[in-house]
Amino acid sequence: MTDKPVPLDGNAAAGRLAALFAVEPTTIMITCVGCGREGPLGSLKLYGGAMGMILRCPECGTANLRFSDAGPGATIDLRGSSLLTVYDAQRQR
Amino acid sequence: MTPAHLPWRVATVAAAKPESVRAKAILLDVPGWPGHLAGQHLDLRLTADDGYQAQRSFSISSAPAGRPQLEITVERVDDGEVSPFLLDVLREGDRIELRGPIGGYFTWMPGDGGPLLLVGGGSGVAPLMAMLRARTRSGDKTPVRLLYSARTADELLYRAELEELAGAGDGLELVITLTRGAPEGWTGEQGRIGREMLAARGFPPDQRPRIFVCGPTPFVEACADALVALGHEGGRIKTERFGPTGDLK
Repeated sequence: MTDKPVPLDGNAAAGRLAALFAVEPTTIMITCVGCGREGPLGSLKLYGGAMGMILRCPECGTANLRFSDAGPGATIDLRGSSLLTVYDAQRQR
Repeated sequence: MTPAHLPWRVATVAAAKPESVRAKAILLDVPGWPGHLAGQHLDLRLTADDGYQAQRSFSISSAPAGRPQLEITVERVDDGEVSPFLLDVLREGDRIELRGPIGGYFTWMPGDGGPLLLVGGGSGVAPLMAMLRARTRSGDKTPVRLLYSARTADELLYRAELEELAGAGDGLELVITLTRGAPEGWTGEQGRIGREMLAARGFPPDQRPRIFVCGPTPFVEACADALVALGHEGGRIKTERFGPTGDLK
């Protein structure tokens, strides 16, 4: 179910990720561990399905964020991201 | 899991009107709707009598601050399980569940600046329509070009409204292209949106347009690649791909 051949954008992950973030998720800036690219979560490539989602760097393909809500709770694995930045303008919601 | 700031709400269908041979515009009244930005989407959830749920994301095609509060554009997916219900079964007065608005990345509002290059494939024109409607409603004069690709003339969404908006002479240029043949007397473009059409009909890179591309994944990838090849900065190209999202709950 994961890594379907046709990726979407991080935009499409926003509804599910909203459960874990206090700010609008697609505008959070993600810095890639693999190549150092910094870009909004909405610009990452989304692969996934009902079991979980993987957001990959559009430059180097590193899995920046893995999300699962198939178990008793929701988890986010961020080993592929070196930084998450929420700029001041995004902080009020 | 339902976050407190993104609750499921019950919407009432205010109207459902044909937009093309394969699509309808569905207008929804949503008590408590907090408002939205042009380009945002919502999640819609259907629950069957046996408890089975299906959830899909739809772009909002209406300008913010209207009433009914929301319009979504639903195009038939032949083997889909949600779009046939929305197109064939749903009636005025019916209730459905939705949550939103969702997304903050693929958005543009009057005042954000331009010029604005909007590139839509098929029903990918829906969030771009929200941007155009928001621009017109606010009297914003940002120069904007919409490059809109559809398979055939009778699959075009919002054709009359788009032609009216373009005819207002306030800085909107409309480019429609048909990819599977054109009717007699067609004066628009034909063929896919590619590097040549983007170079000829879009804004040049030195004008640093803000670019929004929405459509099926292959369409978006081809357009984004062509825009980068023409010299547009990747960071100014925002994309929204849609595809078989059936299992993205």
